[in-house]
Amino acid sequence: MLIKKPDDVASSEITDEKTYFNRRSFMKTAAVAAAGVTAYSLFSKKTSLTFAQDDNSWKPANPSKFNTTEALTPYKDVTTYNNFYEFGTDKSDPAENAWRLKTNPWTIEVNGYVKKPATYHLEDFVKPYKLEDRIYRMRCVEGWSMVIPWLGFPLSEIIKRVQPTSKAKFVAFQTLYRPDEMIGQRRDVLQWPYVEGLRLDEAMNPLAILAVGLYGKTLPNQNGAPLRLVVPWKYGFKGIKSIVQIRFVENQPPTTWNLSAPNEYGFYSNVNPTVDHPRWSQARERRIGEFFKRPTLMFNGYGDQVASMYSGMDLRKYF
Amino acid sequence: MKKNFVIARIIKPLLFVSCLVPLALLTWNGFTGHLSANPISDITHETGIWTLRLIVVTLAITPLRQITKIHALIRFRRMTGLFAFFYGSLHFMTYVWLDQFFDWQSILHDIPKRPFITVGFASFVMLILLAVTSTKKMIRRLGGKKWNMVHRLIYFTGIGGVIHYLWLVKADTQRPLIYGIIVLALLAFRVWNYCSARFSAHVVLSSREAESV
Repeated sequence: MLIKKPDDVASSEITDEKTYFNRRSFMKTAAVAAAGVTAYSLFSKKTSLTFAQDDNSWKPANPSKFNTTEALTPYKDVTTYNNFYEFGTDKSDPAENAWRLKTNPWTIEVNGYVKKPATYHLEDFVKPYKLEDRIYRMRCVEGWSMVIPWLGFPLSEIIKRVQPTSKAKFVAFQTLYRPDEMIGQRRDVLQWPYVEGLRLDEAMNPLAILAVGLYGKTLPNQNGAPLRLVVPWKYGFKGIKSIVQIRFVENQPPTTWNLSAPNEYGFYSNVNPTVDHPRWSQARERRIGEFFKRPTLMFNGYGDQVASMYSGMDLRKYF
Repeated sequence: MKKNFVIARIIKPLLFVSCLVPLALLTWNGFTGHLSANPISDITHETGIWTLRLIVVTLAITPLRQITKIHALIRFRRMTGLFAFFYGSLHFMTYVWLDQFFDWQSILHDIPKRPFITVGFASFVMLILLAVTSTKKMIRRLGGKKWNMVHRLIYFTGIGGVIHYLWLVKADTQRPLIYGIIVLALLAFRVWNYCSARFSAHVVLSSREAESV
């Protein structure tokens, strides 16, 4: 794992708080100061401030024009704070339990309405493409977010390769089902295997990628190794992990969280600060490593690339 | 006299310190970097779960006392109850301060609109009432019967705490349901006790009636 470095006081995040101090009224100053101290001790000693600097010295080898310039979430946080119910429902469970998963050999089945259905070995599946470092925001439906440098290739490349027929309107994805290794699957917290789906135009969007790594390295198991979907304008759970099947279908496919709670999780699940989760607000989010919440952006800030796909749609109905 | 001394000077201080252990651990982990990537969420969860645990402990004292016949257990009930209030206050403060950062507009919006927050807040208000009426002076002022009535609120606090927990989880309801079963069992004990007491009173009464005939 990563080597801890001694604390470094100089940090942009501290300055942010100072700016914040000046804005607050005198009445709140004491509280702000106390919170500042609390926040500093919570965040600095740990990982975020210190690792943020280490990890931010990492430079993408093959950057993409879609990359955000925001500070990266430290590698340690990205790989220890995960929702991957196949390995348990606590955030720390995936990092603890995912070592059991055997990702080699790995095959991916592509079928449905395509001219060239095939079953690929992972290496053959990925080999034709040049991997890009895609630095994306990731907004979890629970109200927290990260900035993650994925390593992957556009999903559209695969679609072009297998040539969907005119009947294909949606793409359905499926995660591995192997309770011996994915010990979270031994309890039916969700319906296994995990399934997800996109409309074909969403899948063709240049932002949608299949990731095989992060921080320029092979994807750790807890992050969805060996192959996962990343659709940064949607809530994190749409990014299905450890994919074994990609199917081109005519009708909107079932999706796991929608099956679990249809009134809480829709098929689209686009990040939308104006449509609350029935039980909590989606207006703001806490960026991991930061103390103050920040406003959540429409389509997670990717409106320029994706908003046109949803023009004329009632996003309250199609949440 | 000796028993009183042991309870007041040894067991009670030990219990007091034990009740502070979760807070000490949380603080230690916070300052040494052993919380997760989302420490505010950890603090919220830890203070919340200990509130519920101490409510359960408090609710368990009467049944335990009746089953074991260790009547001195009653002398710890106020302390565990007050510690439930203590962790509840920390939990509430975490929400107001660390999570929402005194954004009263957002908080006032949340409390009625988010059912799990409504229930949690209502349970906290009940804990406040229980805490302020926990002194000897208040027992005297209210009188035993009235005081007992007021302190039945703890039943609703227990149920509210479980519902609050149940409504905030996404899919894995196992842990809140376990707490639910424990709280229900502790309440069922009281119902059973009440019914059997009435039944035996009835039996005594009717047998007396039979004698008098």
